[in-house]
Amino acid sequence: MATNSLQASATRTLAVCKKEILHLIRDRLTFGMVVMIPLIQLVLFGYTINTDVRDVPAAVADSLENSFSRQLVQDLQASQVLDFRSIVHSPQELEQLIASGAVSAGLYIPPDAENRYYLGDRPYAQILIDGSDTVLAAAVTSLARFPFLPGGVIANKSQGLGLSTRLLYNPEKRAALFTVPGLLGVILTMTMIMFTSIAIVRERERGNMELLIATPIKNIELMVGKISPYIAIGMVQVSIILFLGVLLFQIPVAGKLVPIFIACLIFILANLTLGLIISTLARNQLAAMQMFIFVFLPSMLLSGFMFPFVAMPKIAQQLAEVLPLTHFLRVIRGIILRNQPLSVVWEDLAFLLLFALFFLIIATFRFRKRLE
Amino acid sequence: MTMAIEVKGLTKTFGTFTAVNQVDMRIPENMVYGFLGPNGSGKTTAIRMMCGLLEPTAGEIEVLGMQIPAQTEAIRQQVGYMTQRFSMYGDLTVKQNLDFIGKIMGVTGKRLKIRKEEVIEQFNLRPFTSSLAGELSGGQKRRLALAAATIHKPRLLLLDEPTSEVDPNTRRDFWDQLFTMCEQGATILVTTHLMDEAERCHHLAIINDGIKVADGSPAALKSALAAAILEVKSPRPAQVKSHLHSLTPVISTTQVGILLRVMVDPKLASPLQWLSRELASFVDTEIRMSNPSIEDVFVMATTEMHQNPGHGNQ
Repeated sequence: MATNSLQASATRTLAVCKKEILHLIRDRLTFGMVVMIPLIQLVLFGYTINTDVRDVPAAVADSLENSFSRQLVQDLQASQVLDFRSIVHSPQELEQLIASGAVSAGLYIPPDAENRYYLGDRPYAQILIDGSDTVLAAAVTSLARFPFLPGGVIANKSQGLGLSTRLLYNPEKRAALFTVPGLLGVILTMTMIMFTSIAIVRERERGNMELLIATPIKNIELMVGKISPYIAIGMVQVSIILFLGVLLFQIPVAGKLVPIFIACLIFILANLTLGLIISTLARNQLAAMQMFIFVFLPSMLLSGFMFPFVAMPKIAQQLAEVLPLTHFLRVIRGIILRNQPLSVVWEDLAFLLLFALFFLIIATFRFRKRLE
Repeated sequence: MTMAIEVKGLTKTFGTFTAVNQVDMRIPENMVYGFLGPNGSGKTTAIRMMCGLLEPTAGEIEVLGMQIPAQTEAIRQQVGYMTQRFSMYGDLTVKQNLDFIGKIMGVTGKRLKIRKEEVIEQFNLRPFTSSLAGELSGGQKRRLALAAATIHKPRLLLLDEPTSEVDPNTRRDFWDQLFTMCEQGATILVTTHLMDEAERCHHLAIINDGIKVADGSPAALKSALAAAILEVKSPRPAQVKSHLHSLTPVISTTQVGILLRVMVDPKLASPLQWLSRELASFVDTEIRMSNPSIEDVFVMATTEMHQNPGHGNQ
């Protein structure tokens, strides 16, 4: 009897699952989104979210005009941070150019720059920076430690130790390396919650619900049947993102595919059950979409995808701890960027797993086989 | 006689509105039981409570010997429900819909294959098996819905206005199929607001404003009608009608073509002579007695329900 009812249960769950797949195949738009969202987002974000500052338009006012000053300009140009586009004659003109927006930085070399350099008592030149873009300003400000050696390697100036910076994990300081694993999380959050948040509402709106709930189907069978096809879809998306990530941005995934897919699977489950909750709460598809945005926006902003997590106020951090994406980002960046094994990130994974379980249970209990 | 459905004091309120009010019903097994009422009279609400989709505010429901809501899930295995609004999946084909509902209702493997073929044959769906359900015509959709509702061979069928949007020929076929299923042992509760359909039922309950106002076989309801029926043929029916309207013993007047169907107080000793006297001033007017129809019963029950709650014999 127990095996019989279990078998019947499995049959019903599979029937729902098959039906969802048929809906998906028929619904070209949704099906297209499965592939196009990762593709478009990856390319757009991968190339545009770029915190490497290069080729900042700059001007120079050189009052010295000798080999010393010419070499300084050339070396700064070679750093690729600044791109000198115009030459002016006074610091006032520099300021005017920056104020007008024609350039974002200006280099002023005073007439006694060479003396200042060898005496070492005062700065030998000044870089004026448009501070309105903080990321850009930070990059240019770091030029203050620019190692300038006039005349090649030999110089009479005693070199202090200075501040040595060495970048770990992302030595080339490539933003894509940091962005792509994050995108994995953002894309999955977006598509998985969106798909399931309309899953049950849609049946209600189209009038299928009255029939469905008059059948002996059980809540849990309906829930599991509805989300299972999306697990596979999520995995397809993960594969697309990783494939493109390797192809376009050389994301190092070799030898880490198993932990990556396990982490993604757990994260997909957490998002699908979150979508289910929305679906049981919303009265129509529009309301479901609004609730989705309500979850998606904080995920984008607070999870650490857009802004550094540690730099956020305490309260925002605490809020972010509730979001699955926050935990997933830690896990996936740990695995891909720092080669961490799953055993190191297990706490975040456990949170995601419990999150999924908790909301699946809530959704199952919340769903009433009634029309009211 | 065993009862397929037994309902006592069934009441449903939505806020301050009472959709179903103290309804008692006993539906014996193996018959086509009609549930007749105007739109918005509470038929759908009552039928939804009988399949556990709505919780009654008060009252008891027993379906196939089991209690609602305690045994709702067990009941659902043996009940087929056809909703008023088309509720099949429009983006799935006829066959895929049948396949899905069959599996959900616990029909699997070889049996599902056989049942699918049987209902496709029975409801003339053969040419449409690969068509999307959403692209079927009104009648085809209804046939698909009925096929789905019967795929698990339910003992009880609850059909909520199954023939709305269906042409008369399809409707006749549809009703023939209902009687065939009834002969095979099923009990069928069908709601309608169409008189010819009501006439065909074995037994009829009339509901108005949530209250059951009449209950009995069509023949019994007609013979128990508390009115005499006369037919008036006149070249000026409108004037006759307005004159009749002013007479106290006239309960109602309905125009059918050039005929006026007049319901009068049965206490009149001789209705024919009385009416002839009243209409003497109208030339070329013919008057004769007529037999009551279900429509007369319906009009009587729904206009005078407060005086006559339930008559006929069970």
